[in-house]
Amino acid sequence: MKTYFQYPFLIGMIFLFAFLIYLYVRWYTKLSKYDKVRFRKFWGTKKVWKAIYDSINDGLLHASIFKKNPVLGYMHMSLAFGWFLLIVIGHLEVVVATGGLNFPFYYAIFFRYFEPVHATTIAKIFAAVMDFLLLFILVGVALAITKRFYKKIFGMKHTTKLKPLDKVALYSLWAIFPLRLFAESCSAAVYQNGSFLTNTTGAWLGNIANSPVIYQGSWWLYSFALCFFFIALPFSRYMHIPTEIYYIFLRNAGIKTKKTWESYAQIQLYSCSRCGVCLDACQLYDAGISDVQSVYFLQFIRNKEDAEKPLFGCLICGRCQVECPVHLNLNDLRTALRIKASKPLTFSYSYTQKPEQQSADTIYFAGCMTHLTPGTKKSMAKIFDYVGEKVWFMDEDKSICCGRPLMLAGQYDSAAQLIEKNTELIKESGAKNLILSCPYCYKVFKEDYILPDINIKFHANYIKELIDQKKLPDSKLNITAIYHDPCELGRGMNIYQEPRDVIEHYSHRIPLQKSKDKDQALCCGAGLGGINLTGDAKNAMTHNAMTYFDKFNPDVLVTACPLCKKTFVSDRRIEVLDIAELVVKAIEQPNELKALPHREKSYAIS
Amino acid sequence: MGDLDFIKVKHLHIDYDILDLDLLNKVLQEETSFQWCISCGCCTASCSAGNHTTFNVRRISLLLRRGEIESLEKELEKCMLCGKCTLVCPRDIQLRNVVMSIKKNILKYKMSSL
Repeated sequence: MKTYFQYPFLIGMIFLFAFLIYLYVRWYTKLSKYDKVRFRKFWGTKKVWKAIYDSINDGLLHASIFKKNPVLGYMHMSLAFGWFLLIVIGHLEVVVATGGLNFPFYYAIFFRYFEPVHATTIAKIFAAVMDFLLLFILVGVALAITKRFYKKIFGMKHTTKLKPLDKVALYSLWAIFPLRLFAESCSAAVYQNGSFLTNTTGAWLGNIANSPVIYQGSWWLYSFALCFFFIALPFSRYMHIPTEIYYIFLRNAGIKTKKTWESYAQIQLYSCSRCGVCLDACQLYDAGISDVQSVYFLQFIRNKEDAEKPLFGCLICGRCQVECPVHLNLNDLRTALRIKASKPLTFSYSYTQKPEQQSADTIYFAGCMTHLTPGTKKSMAKIFDYVGEKVWFMDEDKSICCGRPLMLAGQYDSAAQLIEKNTELIKESGAKNLILSCPYCYKVFKEDYILPDINIKFHANYIKELIDQKKLPDSKLNITAIYHDPCELGRGMNIYQEPRDVIEHYSHRIPLQKSKDKDQALCCGAGLGGINLTGDAKNAMTHNAMTYFDKFNPDVLVTACPLCKKTFVSDRRIEVLDIAELVVKAIEQPNELKALPHREKSYAIS
Repeated sequence: MGDLDFIKVKHLHIDYDILDLDLLNKVLQEETSFQWCISCGCCTASCSAGNHTTFNVRRISLLLRRGEIESLEKELEKCMLCGKCTLVCPRDIQLRNVVMSIKKNILKYKMSSL
């Protein structure tokens, strides 16, 4: 018997494949020359296995979402992995049933229609497995529908807003599996060719399924649902399904996000699944801002809407990047667009004067921000004095900015002028060590300055070294302290342990909850990435962060960033110290205090 | 006023009747906090660029209000965007955005007057 209901499915499928091949080829041809070489060479290496592992782990099983939110993870996994298995096992079933590969490729999709009778044991096992998979996916679909309306069940505060084409894709995706169940149940009602699920629902349908309109219609509906989904897919967020796999392979080939917006950035843009995990990570919600978050921002870019305000409204704290289950380089993407947006603006620093040159083995570069927290530089001077280090305080007067604030505003070319000036000063001094007390300076000196002969150290690491060499005394303070990870130091430079070691050496550190610690640490609210945020927005974030720390009831809040210190000090609820100040406080404490026993304090938090 | 004409110094004279305040209004619209400025001078005192040269945030404000776009543009090139001014401002004015906003709008102004 000739059938026609497979045509909607076929049209959708052919359109989708043609469109994807076109995009894949276009993206590949637009990669830079070196990236193309990287990608071609990648195929002969062991990294391919890592890429395949990542594809299965992230693309199918959604392990990273699973770790953060098991219910959300199950929802994504049941749809992705369940559907994948349904296709693979469905085809296997057809191969076994027909005894060869000689069947049209849509055959497996509508197999219950084309193969009404199956009596063998193998066929029954297959039917049971297929029913089980369908049930597995249906649970996921049910969860997805529930999530749209009762997001709190998933522990999510926010869920993403949808565009019209997203809605077409979403509703057709929701419809595919219930319709498949309906169609297969109709077949099961007529031919008893289902298993535990479809036979049961088929029995409920009873004689209704015998009507040709219902029977044929059910398969037509299923085919149309597939067709709508496939046609809407490239224009909706579901484009992330095919793009993410491509992205995983490119990422494993060692391709990096560039400073300009190019093909790799475009692929990342399409890989965003708009799962909304970044929404809950973003502290800007505290300030009532809901257009800056990465998921919306990328959506604006993809829809080619004006996104200048959200582009410069982000603090680039990196909390969303850590949480992103697709591992997108969100900070780099934003930076690339900032560079593009602020390209026509120029700065010129021909006016700078040279500070008095001194030759010393060690240079201390305080940075602009440290000049606002004089306690930090005085403490550093005392520490240098204590250990007898001969230091040239390079930017004591006539300080030249490190360049990082300009970079965060997208002004890489202007920053290069400052980098050149500072590099020249450092090279002329003949120093071997450079010590910095600001994470912004540390990041730019480590990553963008070319100083091959100089050992660049962050002050917390330097103090840790001094403690290890027994150059600083052991004189523990009898106070409790919370350590606040600065964004640029923790997420930016991956330094977590050394500051903690120093604090534990000199005081009693209260550990924070895992969800607000280390790479998930809160931002103080004054990050230099936030260009056009209002003062109120920043203050709201600072206030909320401080409220969180206050629950632990610490004696001091210790941080390693002058910007964080300056920001938190204004809140006045807890005394804020830079890590260097804590060390000096411990060294200078009167002797009688040292004998006091450790005060017991409750670390509990409700 | 004929008798007192000698007081008028032509090159410093600003005619408020023909003064183009578009730029000022645009900037105040984009960064409303700038209108709260009390000219206290904290920004100027803390400024990194001001440590090297005569760069002065209060002068920026003055030039903007007087519509002296060319001097304003030249002066603003000196800013290092380090953000100390923003942190010390007692009125919570987002000065980094003021600088970026003025620069952007000068560019737009020049493009439109070409």
